[in-house]
Amino acid sequence: MNVHEYQAKELMKEFKMKVLKGAVANSVDEAVAAAKEMGGNVWVVKAQIHAGGRGKGGGVKLAKSLDEVKQHAQDILGMNLVTHQTGPEGKKVLKLLIEQGCEIEHEYYAGVVLDRATGKITFMASSEGGVDIETVAAQTPEKIIKVAIDPAVGFSPYVGRKLAYGIGLTGDAVAQAAKFFEGLYRLYIEKDCSIAEINPLVLTKDQEIIALDAKLNFDANALFRHPDIERLRDPSEESEQELEAGEFGLSYISLDGNIGCLVNGAGLAMATMDIIKLHGGSPANFLDVGGGADKEAVKKAFSIILQDENVKAILVNIFGGIMKCDIIAEGIVAAAKEMSLEVPLVVRLEGTNVSLGKKILKESGLSITAAEDLKDAAEKAVTAAKES
Amino acid sequence: MAILVNRETRLMTVGLTGKQGTFHTLQSRDYGTNVVGGVTPGKGGMIHEGIPVFNSTQLCMQETGANAAMIFVPPKFAADSILECIDAEMPLIIAITEGIPINDMVKVRTALKNSHSRLIGPNCPGIITPGECKIGIMPGHIHMPGNVGVVSRSGTLTYEAVFQLTQREIGQSTCVGIGGDPVNGTNFIDCLQLFQEDAATDAVIMIGEIGGSAETEAARWIQENMNKPVVSFIAGASAPKGKRMGHAGAIISGGDDTAEAKFKILEECGVTIARSPAELGEKMQSLLN
Repeated sequence: MNVHEYQAKELMKEFKMKVLKGAVANSVDEAVAAAKEMGGNVWVVKAQIHAGGRGKGGGVKLAKSLDEVKQHAQDILGMNLVTHQTGPEGKKVLKLLIEQGCEIEHEYYAGVVLDRATGKITFMASSEGGVDIETVAAQTPEKIIKVAIDPAVGFSPYVGRKLAYGIGLTGDAVAQAAKFFEGLYRLYIEKDCSIAEINPLVLTKDQEIIALDAKLNFDANALFRHPDIERLRDPSEESEQELEAGEFGLSYISLDGNIGCLVNGAGLAMATMDIIKLHGGSPANFLDVGGGADKEAVKKAFSIILQDENVKAILVNIFGGIMKCDIIAEGIVAAAKEMSLEVPLVVRLEGTNVSLGKKILKESGLSITAAEDLKDAAEKAVTAAKES
Repeated sequence: MAILVNRETRLMTVGLTGKQGTFHTLQSRDYGTNVVGGVTPGKGGMIHEGIPVFNSTQLCMQETGANAAMIFVPPKFAADSILECIDAEMPLIIAITEGIPINDMVKVRTALKNSHSRLIGPNCPGIITPGECKIGIMPGHIHMPGNVGVVSRSGTLTYEAVFQLTQREIGQSTCVGIGGDPVNGTNFIDCLQLFQEDAATDAVIMIGEIGGSAETEAARWIQENMNKPVVSFIAGASAPKGKRMGHAGAIISGGDDTAEAKFKILEECGVTIARSPAELGEKMQSLLN
């Protein structure tokens, strides 16, 4: 689960990391009032959306007067911000963060992630901040200092010093940065983050270590023990269909093709999308009904797929394991009858109770194209989508 | 011969008395697995569906001689159950549970080091040696005994591969689902090594996904250490960047963890790749002939 920059910074303050003075604004008036209240003569107006690359897209602007704050707030609020992470459709900006400016001496990078290869939480820091860290990793990997942290040992102060010296800090800044790094690690562990990334982390002209930006991502599987984090969820950042699907235990992701997919299992769902592409078609979605779906969940899956107006055909691919084919068949029949299905439906069933499932579909009188195997299913769905 | 599980395996289920635990334990028993006990704290002493229940893993092992444990405990408590099994020196732990917090698994992974246990999963269908022992949630009837090993990160996609083999009358030595989570107990290389050493396995199907570097590392290992043919498919060639596709592991973060990059390195390392998931059986058949 993602949170906004302003929410991430509030959490960081709890863990003793320094951030700039700032306030959230939902309107232009609030933005100006916030800037006035915090004082100073330079402010930064920042769009609050769940995506990186906001600066390049025109969502972060420097203001040197209250008039400029007003102007920028007017420009950014309500704009459709397109960045390399939002996709071409962009995201509408509904909230701003107004922050006091600061004078930067140097920009650094700090991040905590899971290293999947070792299965350990790994701290990364670099003297090359403020730029895309993937580029640094690809071009000058020696400029990224990595320290793997053993969960049984935890964060020992030397880790902070190693990182701080490693990125070239000197004097007072070393102790400040080491403390900052410890805070970031504690936040990552105590709140079950899956990413904690500060880019840039800056050294100001006043020799202070401050987070200018913050990206926190939380492990959805651990939210049960963090109701405070769950409350930070911004539904306007999530697609309505994806939320609706989640309530029924379905995993749904909208894509831009025209063949709706209903599959059990994430791996098989991806493989079904892949084979559609291989046969010249294009999937409209990823949809995993999971192992425990009932008739209602299958009906819901159909209704979500059909909300997408681009869908020209639906491919159901079920390999029954825990999921029984007859349950899926009943769900299909119920959905097709209630929702006046107007697009062609191709169904491939295999596994547990397959003959019973096929019988239910056959006796329903519905116009369903039965597919023999995975390849046959993909070919029939691609043809159906082209013809309808 | 086969790998990890066979007729000698004595299975216990942690979380036996729950609905899922009961259902799948009985399915495994019906398949022929020797189920010797179960654990549900607080229900020790009772007999559930003919299976003795104990309060702890250690007690269950002492009393029944169990040498494999299937974990059917909800995600909140699953890591604790795995840790209890490691503490009791359970040789083989199979965690079916989906949705265990990543940081819990980071701890488990540390506890596994220098332990006497091997963990398969979590978030996996389990392991089966056809005709001998089934531990997990896979449909037993699609399998047949034979000489092809199967190792996969996915559940239903594994069934698909097994089904294609069985349809062609190619049997399987052992099929292992290593699970779709970013931190798991047994990886591709562990299984490939076991298959390489197993006299009953002549070839292997490896099914991977986008995200992470496990397949890339496996490809290099195969090139250097394996003389048995391997057929591989990577799911997610059509997945958009940065989107999580159901499995926590299946998210592309850029660079060399795309399906395309993985196919390429597998091919370079001498693995036969199936670009289409429908070609797995076919490719294996032509390799064996």
